[in-house]
Amino acid sequence: MQSEIMFAGFGGQGILLSGKLLALAAMEEGAEVCWIPSYGPEMRGGTAYCTVVIGDRPIGSPIIRNPRHLIAMNRPSLEKFAPVVKPEGVILVNSSLIPIDSGRDDVDELKVPTVEIARELGNVRCANIVALAAFVARTQVVKLENLRECVKTEFARKPKVIPVNMEAIEAGVKAAGGIP
Amino acid sequence: MAKGKTFSKPKALSDAHTHYCPGCTHGIIHRLVAEAIDDLGIRGRTVGVAPVGCAVLAYNYFNCDFQEAAHGRAPAMATGIKRVRPDLMVFTYQGDGDLASIGLGEIVHAANRGEKFTTIFVNNAIYGMTGGQMAPTTMPDQRTTTSPFGRKADEVGMPMRMAELLASLATPAYVTRQAVLRPKHINKARKAIKQAFTYQVASRCFTFVEVVSTCPTNWGMTPTDAIDWAEETLLPYYPLGEFKVPE
Amino acid sequence: MAKVLMKGNEAIGEAAIRAGCLNYFAYPITPQSEVAEYLSRRMGEVDGVFLQGESEVAVSYMIFGAAGAGARVFTTSSSPGISLMSEAMSYIAAAQCPAVFVNIMRGGPGLGGILPSQGDYFQATKSVGHGDFRLLVMAPASVQEAVEMTMQAFPLAEKYRNPVMILGDGLIGQMMEPVEFPDHLKVEPVDNSSWATSGMDHRGSKTRNLVKSLFLDPAALNNNNLVLKAKYERMQREEVRWETYNGDGDYDALIVSYGTMSRVCRTAIDNMQAEGLTVAMLRPQTLFPFPEQAVYEAATREQCRVVISVEMSMGQMVEDVQRSVKGHRPVQWYGKCGGEVPTPEEIVEVVTESLAAN
Ligand SMILES: Cc1ncc(C[n+]2csc(CCOP(=O)(O)OP(=O)(O)O)c2C)c(N)n1
Ligand code: SF4
Repeated sequence: MQSEIMFAGFGGQGILLSGKLLALAAMEEGAEVCWIPSYGPEMRGGTAYCTVVIGDRPIGSPIIRNPRHLIAMNRPSLEKFAPVVKPEGVILVNSSLIPIDSGRDDVDELKVPTVEIARELGNVRCANIVALAAFVARTQVVKLENLRECVKTEFARKPKVIPVNMEAIEAGVKAAGGIP
Repeated sequence: MAKGKTFSKPKALSDAHTHYCPGCTHGIIHRLVAEAIDDLGIRGRTVGVAPVGCAVLAYNYFNCDFQEAAHGRAPAMATGIKRVRPDLMVFTYQGDGDLASIGLGEIVHAANRGEKFTTIFVNNAIYGMTGGQMAPTTMPDQRTTTSPFGRKADEVGMPMRMAELLASLATPAYVTRQAVLRPKHINKARKAIKQAFTYQVASRCFTFVEVVSTCPTNWGMTPTDAIDWAEETLLPYYPLGEFKVPE
Repeated sequence: MAKVLMKGNEAIGEAAIRAGCLNYFAYPITPQSEVAEYLSRRMGEVDGVFLQGESEVAVSYMIFGAAGAGARVFTTSSSPGISLMSEAMSYIAAAQCPAVFVNIMRGGPGLGGILPSQGDYFQATKSVGHGDFRLLVMAPASVQEAVEMTMQAFPLAEKYRNPVMILGDGLIGQMMEPVEFPDHLKVEPVDNSSWATSGMDHRGSKTRNLVKSLFLDPAALNNNNLVLKAKYERMQREEVRWETYNGDGDYDALIVSYGTMSRVCRTAIDNMQAEGLTVAMLRPQTLFPFPEQAVYEAATREQCRVVISVEMSMGQMVEDVQRSVKGHRPVQWYGKCGGEVPTPEEIVEVVTESLAAN
């Protein structure tokens, strides 16, 4: 079994970090993982994206044309990548910035107003963590407990931001309707 | 002919949208060069040489013939063009990594031979395109991705002053340093760039305009903070003015 | 040791340190600048040498000088930078000094693009620099393998007193995967007192050492070339490395592929297996020496009807595959370049069509 999760949005939305956190959590669970960024000259505010592949055997192709799931943090990335998501995957739509639907009826569409939620928590910068937690709650690709631990480790050098990110995880889980 | 003070686009610039970051000064310098080309009416016989750096795509933004060089080699390519076609007006447009680091040999020798082309040297004290590494022009204690604790002069020396270095050669005709931080700087830079091209039209030998610029993205600053920082930190070390003029 | 999630470029930098290489010179270039950025912090912590040179030409001679003086030293670059370093590689090989060069390939020729490519296969295996010499070339297919090969490159460079190249591509440099740094790959210091310019006092010797490549006497130059040739023949006997995938039983076709490309082929092979079509892959881990014999044997298995070299280039390794198969099976090439990477679906199609035609 292999899952491919694509994270896409503007540069500066914490896209690459969200992907890394998911990869870390999966690695802690003993899975094979691979984190693949889009890279180019300074992206200058353009679309940034990365793909995380999680599997139970060594990851083959790191070039993923059709991811199983998509976390779209802005409109251009939803428009660009929603059509390529595999049927029955999850598409998380950051409804704070995206006024449209994915246009797919064969996927599980999850709308989360990540920016409003993060603002209520007092730090808009954790919108990406809200999205990630909502996604994890919905798909169970990794255990939430592991995600929490990885967030703590990743922010170990900035301990002040850990509590708000923990709250962001809980808020994200709630936005996804809790754990099924 | 328009004096270039209007907001109309110079003919020597194309309609393409530039890829430069918000607040980057490459766009202003492109415009000043294009205005000089328009003012002198030489667009039809001008060839630019693009560097490897953020301005590598300059050939999309200028509307005249262009060649793209390898990293640092623009002055050698310009030499080749000018030697076989002295009637062409030739300029190189280079960053500080391109000109002062990997291409130091090429620029010094082109200048010293008195090649009859013009070099526009964009000094933003950092490598822009590759993501903010240290340049020969990086200031002491300035943090970059390859000097994470700040440039240490006792390990890698002091920043290089290219205008002064080239002015120490006997041959070059015109060597000046300008800036594009405030309107007053921009007006002077406009005159200097036009002056350099005017000398080239008159077949004077090598002309060089260094332009102190900003790179808000890799300096990690807002565009306005970047201008303040450049004024406070770069200008005292990189004095503006003419270092060499034809006799 | 616990696994850590690391970007290929940073892992290569760390691997060199773990192998006992504390000297690094480099010049920035995408997609490998993270090695320099990482080591600009890390070398200070281990009391090592980090210097950003003014160009790849200069860097490559810093490597030559440091290696000649007996230090364990390495650099990293990407295609256009490697072209500039190739002159020094020729001098380093001629003067018989050990050094490690990492090429995180991007698309060419010329300025090309910054996306992954395998366009430097010829350059690395046949034509880097002038004169009669070879590099030992290793091609990792994962971040873990990049770590291990980097650590193994130093003892190999020292064993042969010859430059060793790690030939990766932009993806190997840019992606993150879990890695371990095997303790047993730490390299002990070697005795280089017979040739390195380490200073007569330092090595307690009354005879001086010379590091040079000029041999004006034709017989002496011929002799130096014979010494090099003997080393390359020894590499061909002792250092050939490869891996096979799905090749234990019978198969209808053989894919030869290396680096990132081989991973895409692995996915294609799994997909074909699921459809009942058995295809094997041979993945060269050393490109020079090339696993000629292994390719020959894998290609000439009874059921195998075709051999396909799949590359992110316009057909370079295919020439070595053809040479190895010696006409016993049809050999064809499939590839793309410039950052376009053949997809598993395309590979399946190529294999299926090829089997139908042969
Ligand atoms: C031979 C070679 N080495 C390295 C590079 C990578 N490279 C591209 S642009 C650049 C430096 C750009 O900095 P600068 O000249 O200061 O221009 P800026 O981007 O700041 O305008 C480098 C090192 C290259 N393209 N070719
Ligand atoms: S990286 Fe710097 S030099 Fe390059 S376009 Fe952006 S601001 Fe300008």
